[in-house]
Formats: sequence, structure tokens, C-alpha cells
Amino acid sequence: MTEYTQTMTEYTERLLNETPRKDASDRFRIVWLVVIPLIAVLSQVYVPRFVPFLAYLELPLLITVHFALTSGGPIGALSYGMFIGLVQDSLSHQPIGMYGIVKTLVGYFAASVSMRFDVQNPVVTFILAFFFYFFHQFFYWVLSRALLGETLGFDAQQTLIFGLLNAAVALPLFRVLDKLKVAR
Amino acid sequence: MDFFLSRYRHLTVLLVVITAQLLLIAYQVKTSKDIPLIRVWAVTAVTPFESGLELVRRYTWGFVEDYFVLLGVRSQNDKLRNENGQLKIENNYLKSELATADRARALSVFEARSPSKTVAARVIGNGTGANSKVVFVDRGSTSGVESGMAVVTPDGIVGKVVEAYPTASLVMLITDPTFAAGVVSQKNRVHGTLKGQGHAECLVDYVQNEEHVDIGEWFYTSGDDRIFPKGFPVGQVAAAPNGKTFKEIYISPSGMQGGVEEVLIVLQGVHQEVPGAEVASPAYSLMPAPTEIIQTPEGGPPPGSLSTDADRLRAIYKDVGIEQKHTYGEGPPGTKPPDFTKIPSVHGAPPPNAAAQPLTGPPAAQPSTSRPKPAPPKSVQPSKNDQPSAQVPSKPAPAASERPPAPAATQPADNQ
Repeated sequence: MTEYTQTMTEYTERLLNETPRKDASDRFRIVWLVVIPLIAVLSQVYVPRFVPFLAYLELPLLITVHFALTSGGPIGALSYGMFIGLVQDSLSHQPIGMYGIVKTLVGYFAASVSMRFDVQNPVVTFILAFFFYFFHQFFYWVLSRALLGETLGFDAQQTLIFGLLNAAVALPLFRVLDKLKVAR
Repeated sequence: MDFFLSRYRHLTVLLVVITAQLLLIAYQVKTSKDIPLIRVWAVTAVTPFESGLELVRRYTWGFVEDYFVLLGVRSQNDKLRNENGQLKIENNYLKSELATADRARALSVFEARSPSKTVAARVIGNGTGANSKVVFVDRGSTSGVESGMAVVTPDGIVGKVVEAYPTASLVMLITDPTFAAGVVSQKNRVHGTLKGQGHAECLVDYVQNEEHVDIGEWFYTSGDDRIFPKGFPVGQVAAAPNGKTFKEIYISPSGMQGGVEEVLIVLQGVHQEVPGAEVASPAYSLMPAPTEIIQTPEGGPPPGSLSTDADRLRAIYKDVGIEQKHTYGEGPPGTKPPDFTKIPSVHGAPPPNAAAQPLTGPPAAQPSTSRPKPAPPKSVQPSKNDQPSAQVPSKPAPAASERPPAPAATQPADNQ
């Protein structure tokens, strides 16, 4: 019992004290910081034209989550989330700021969580991606009702399924994005 | 305050950012105005890449897509080609059926309109033999078909029955080298004998070189052969050069154009007139027919009565008979005729010597310059011009009951 408690304490301390990801010290080149969200937004507005089923894929959100998990600080993550969200808002027909607020929160919380958990673990990555997708959709729905007065319905079952699919896509996507980083 | 900001720096930034965006949204919602600057930047930044992507897609994925589409097109083309072939076959079949129906309808119409009694038959096979042109038809003796009957179509004659079996008959086509039939030309009434040549054209023989036959002139059956009723079309003259003694008139049979499928067997033939020839325009001009009756001199007979010498003579003889109570045509031979020396002056008719005078004005009337001799009562002799002149050789005549009657010749006319 003593050994078990000691082991758990060490694990907890390691989770709390370690850097968010082991390659958190690495960072994207500046160009990738611009190109990657651009590709994500482009894919969101372009690919569903030909493959409507892929409309469920929220690549800007996954990029935001990945950046937040690897950025090492909430301020950078929320700023990045705000940037991507505003670009999305700009390409939509709704008031600018809806996606910005949601992705700002996602970036902030993802960055905060990354300081507490081993986000290198695929399971954790999957769970985080699923959770933030659900959070993103739910919070967007709340904002739409609260700020814009829209009476949109929230299909929790569909959101859960799409959350799982986005989480499944997040695993290989994060691997690819990690490859684009360079050592500090 | 500084402590709070440093302690909760992240949260402060978050609140500031969120608040700023909330204000932004509130402004847009409150004023119903957009933030064009941000949108313009975003759209300007994104759309060029979108255009580039579309361009790349068009020349890459579009090419691949077109390739697969073309693969589909190829298979679709094969499928359509097969379908087209099947439709062509079906179309040809339906055309054949339609043509058959048309021929059957034409036969039916012809059969109904023709005065001859006929029975329709269908060619079911060819006869054997190297040069013989014979076919089997599906009508035999049980249908009343007998040997020697004519076989025709609405377009012309086809042949004649040479053998009649219970369920089928053997028909010798007019192209058979041993076939012969009497024919007459439409325009110049030139009689001849149609002979088969073993090929598509037939020969009209025994026509003197002096006779005139035009290219394209129609020949009809003359009825001389006692097989084909008079008046059935035979064919048009394809060539008519002079030979040593007789013309070599080649005819394209009209009844066998396009093959023989359905035919009519003439059970009881009825002669018909050969259609009238086209009369050439006269080289001289004729006056138009009179539209008004010219006033006759006083004392003349009314117009339209007894206008010829024969009429006047007939009236005189009739009056003589009435006066002397004599009925023409009665009594045995040697009966005393009326006394024609006692000619009364009746009906106001002039005496015979005056009958020769022209009474009416039309110049077309041909006045006779001499007094006609009184003809005996039974004076008109039958004309010989309509007697059959051509003889069909080499074929034994079938039974009389099978024959159509002889062509309608002018019967002796009795003036009384």
C-alpha cells in the first residue's frame, strides 16, 4: 500500500510538473503557423464541396487543440484559437466573434489541460480531441442562442458521433503536425 | 492590482479577449453592421488559395475524374453500341413486318377490286433445278388451285401454276426460260409473246421490226394465251432493238420487283381493258367544240335529230315497214321484203337524195358527196380488228373451265 501510494504520488507529480508534451520545446516555424490554419480553413470550406460527408471534420478546431497542447502557454494558445476562429467567422455569414470566442476558450482550456496531463498518450489525445469537439459545438450552440437569439437545436447524439470521428482523425493529424516542428 | 494581473495573467488575457469579442458581436448585433475590414482581409487571404486549389483540382483531379468518366464512357459506349445493334435488328425486323403487312394489304385491296376471282398465296420455297425459275406457294388443289392458273400480284404477273398439289403448288415464274404468255403494248397495241430468259428481264418475241415500241412503254397481258386474263400489267420496255426479223424487246417484269413474297392465284380470270394509251398532242390545231347551236335553214330538221345519212335511211325504212305492216327480222328466209320503191315522205325527212346535204353548220361534220346505197337490214359486219392475233406456242391448253373467256371482241351488231 505504501509502495502504491508512493508510485501514484510520483506519477501525479510528474504529470503536474512535466511540460505538456515531450516535444513542447519544439515549435512550428512561423510560416507553418500561418499555413496550417489556412489549409485547415480551406479544407473546411473547399473539401465538402466534393465530399459532403467530410463537412463534419472540424480541422481548424483540431489545429487549435494541437497548437494549444504543444504551445506551452495559455496566452499563445488562446490567441491562436482566436485568430483561427476569427478567420472562420470572416468566411461565414454570422457575426464575427462567434467562432473566435469558442476557439479562444478551447485554446485556453487545452493549453491548461496540457500542463496537467500526458498529452503524448494517444488515448489522452483522443479523449481531449473528443472532449474539445463536444465543448466547441456545445458552447457555440449556447452562444448562438444567448447572443444571437437563434433557436438552433443541439443534436447531442450526432455531436458525440462526430466527436468520435474528429478524435479519430486527430490522432494521425497530430502525428503529422508534430513532424513539422523543429527543435528550438 | 499588479499582483492580481501577474497571478492571473492568463485568465486576465482570456477575459480581455473574450470581452473584446463579445463587444464585437454586440456591436454587430446592435447596429446590424458588419466588420468589413476583417472579412475583406480574411476573404482576400483565403480565396486566392481557394482559386488555386480549384485550378489544381481542375487540371489534376478533374483529369483523373475525366479519365474515370471516360472509362465509364467507354463501357457505356459499348453498351450503347450493343443496344444500337439490337435496335437495328429489331428495326429491320419491324420494317420487314411492315413491308409484309403492306404487301398483304395491297394484295387484299387488289383481290377485292379485281373482277377476277383469286386466292392469296405465300411463296414458301424455291424449286430445285439449275436454270428453272419456279417457286412453291402454300396453296394447292384443296384451295381450288389447278395447273395452268395465272399467278399475279397487284404490280403485275408473276407466273403460272405448273403443278398443283394438295397443300402447295409449283409456280413457274415468268423469268423461267420455258415460260411464254401473250402480251400487248399499251400505246401502240403491239402484240407479242413474252418469254422468260432465265434472268431478271424477259423478252417479247414475234414483234415485227416495223412495229413501233417505245422505251418505257408498258406491256399488258393480251389474254391470247388463255391463261392470263387480259389487262394485267407485265412490265416496262427496257430496250427494244431491231433483230433479224423480229424486234428484241426486253421487259423488266413489274410483278417481280423486289422479290416475290405474296401472290394471288387467279382462279377465275376476267378480262379487263388495257389502260388507255397516252395520246400524243396532235400536230394540227383543232377548233374548239361548238358551244352554241347554229341556226339551221328553214325547213331543216331540228338539231340533234337524224343527223347522219344512216339515221335518215333507218327512219325511212322504219316508216316503210310501218306503212306496209312489215316487221323486220320476222319470217323465214325468203319472206318478201317491203317495197322500198314506195318511200313515203314522213317525219319531214327529205328524200334520200336530199339527205346527203349538210343540214347543220359544224364544220366537223363530214358531208358525203354521193347518195348512199340502201343497205340491207342486216348489213353491219363484225370487225376483225379485235381478234387475238398472237398465238402462244408450246404450252398445251388447259381445260376450258380453267380458262378465262376469250378477250372481249366486238360482237356482230344488228342494226335492227
